[in-house]
Amino acid sequence: MNVMDTRATSAMLYLDGVHVSFDGFHAINNLSLTLEPGEMRAIIGPNGAGKTTMMDIITGKTKPDEGTVLFDGVTDLTRLDETRIAELGIGRKFQKPTVFESQTVQDNLLLALNVDHSVRGTLFWRGSRAESERIDKVLETIRLTDARNRLAGSLSHGQKQWLEIGMLLAQDPKLLLVDEPVAGMTDVETHLTAELLKEINKTHTVMVVEHDMTFVRELGVKVTCLHEGTVLAEGTIDQVSSNERVIEVYLGR
Amino acid sequence: MTPHMLTRSLDRSATIFLLVVAALGVLIPLSNLLLPAGSFLQVPTYLVALWGKYVCYAILALSIDLIWGYCGILSLGHGAFFALGGYAMGMYLMRQIGTRGVYGNPILPDFMVFLNWQKLPWYWYGFDMFWFAALMVLFVPGLLAFCFGWLAFRSRVTGVYLSIITQAMTYALLLAFFRNDFGFGGNNGLTDFKDILGFNVQAEGTRAALFALSCLALIAGFLICRAIVSSKLGKVLIAVRDAESRTRFLGYRVESYKLFVFTVSACMAGVAGALYVPQVGIINPSEFAPGNSIEAVIWVAVGGRGTLVGAALGAVVVNYAKTFFTSGMLAPYWLFMLGALFILVTLLLPKGIVGTFNAWWDQSKEKRTAAAAASAAAEDGVTEPKMAE
Repeated sequence: MNVMDTRATSAMLYLDGVHVSFDGFHAINNLSLTLEPGEMRAIIGPNGAGKTTMMDIITGKTKPDEGTVLFDGVTDLTRLDETRIAELGIGRKFQKPTVFESQTVQDNLLLALNVDHSVRGTLFWRGSRAESERIDKVLETIRLTDARNRLAGSLSHGQKQWLEIGMLLAQDPKLLLVDEPVAGMTDVETHLTAELLKEINKTHTVMVVEHDMTFVRELGVKVTCLHEGTVLAEGTIDQVSSNERVIEVYLGR
Repeated sequence: MTPHMLTRSLDRSATIFLLVVAALGVLIPLSNLLLPAGSFLQVPTYLVALWGKYVCYAILALSIDLIWGYCGILSLGHGAFFALGGYAMGMYLMRQIGTRGVYGNPILPDFMVFLNWQKLPWYWYGFDMFWFAALMVLFVPGLLAFCFGWLAFRSRVTGVYLSIITQAMTYALLLAFFRNDFGFGGNNGLTDFKDILGFNVQAEGTRAALFALSCLALIAGFLICRAIVSSKLGKVLIAVRDAESRTRFLGYRVESYKLFVFTVSACMAGVAGALYVPQVGIINPSEFAPGNSIEAVIWVAVGGRGTLVGAALGAVVVNYAKTFFTSGMLAPYWLFMLGALFILVTLLLPKGIVGTFNAWWDQSKEKRTAAAAASAAAEDGVTEPKMAE
């Protein structure tokens, strides 16, 4: 396969002409988007703009009807399943915080670590110092060191959001897809989350979907506005928020 | 703090469980064999066989708890694996009869002679050797579970749909084993066993030994399950149970995990069936009845899903109740009682006996520690404002 040795694009993530429809409803319509390595991108858009569906396509949960989705310039993501895509190095935080509630904070992170995920590997797993050091570091980053032995289900909403970001860190993917990280957070927590994501962005490519404009502004990165499954506007937050069509779709005509 | 206590309490109940099973496994056979018949402390032989049956059911319950309690796979057809293990052992026992059968055929079991079969079907080859039969006890249920699971889990059949097809599986096997030309004795199944490894299956010594072996198998099965659920793989299983798709997005191949644990569980159920057959003296297609598998799930629910000890305890408690009630005037109402028990447990004790006990124990322990700390603080004359929280 000569596709394997020639990169089609320098982009970390490359979407071109992607279409998805559910029972005739066009959730994604000719969507094209590129994310450069090391970039952080904020995705905004009204409800039903196709933000979560786009993440579903990238992570293999939904297969597009047509279009190209390339990861790291060489890998066609439309042909792979969720497990394979996660193994390649794409991590995802869900809109509704999804942690393993009946397990401890520490075990949630342990499960997320990007180590041997085979049946045999986990059955005969012995903890290593390197692993526990990584977990300690993540716990510190997400400020949950004191809660490490608590059940994840007993955490507050904001803490769960952070734990899920922590799981992304433990997974250490090349590309992080973060869906509404500050939903339900206080202003202080929102600010801390923005700081955390900026810190993460120093070593990772990140795509953030968020409604909270203050938060997006604080991130200070390029913004893409989606509407009806396609890109409506792209640029700095000021450019995008002063765009007349963006104002129109957000405020109604 | 709570999870630490939870693991500690599990360890405690696990230790108690192992000691009790080991003690029963030694004391019951000894009392049966050494004490004079009719003595107060002597366990009569019929009770040894009956309790041997309960122990086999406990192994089956463990195997169901492993997949249901820890991985969320509700199999309503686990009786099929139990029965297949039983048939494998039954085939060995049939071949041991030899010329002592009614027709005196040294190779063919009676039912084949009766059907005018001239030679042994190929799938009966090798069952005259114990080691081969023992291997098949593990291999046949394991292979069926592997093929079934490979198809079901790869197609992401989960929840109620999976439960329904497991019911269909055991029902299909029931129908197949009922057929005379299937070669497993049809309606009558396999029975009239004479000896096992040269020992008379009816003899007291053999029964006592089989009971002890069943207890040993229960201990081994329990230790295997404990090893699995307390490894990192166990954490993955719980993750799959609680949030399957999340686990996929972390890069775990969920279907491989399910397949592994389903196959291990089926092999365990097979061993339970193999130990059951020589103790009850018969295996017939009714063991495949869907109702049996559902009953086994009820044992686990009553005892406490996801606790292992609870599953085994539930199997013994419910079956003891079954023996007790079906032998008296209340016999016609047993199924109603079982149904009511299931509904009551689901409503009032959703964690089952052991799960509820563990929760209660942890809670009272927490209270006692808090009370001790409070009284210590009071004695010191120090008031701790944080205590109130």
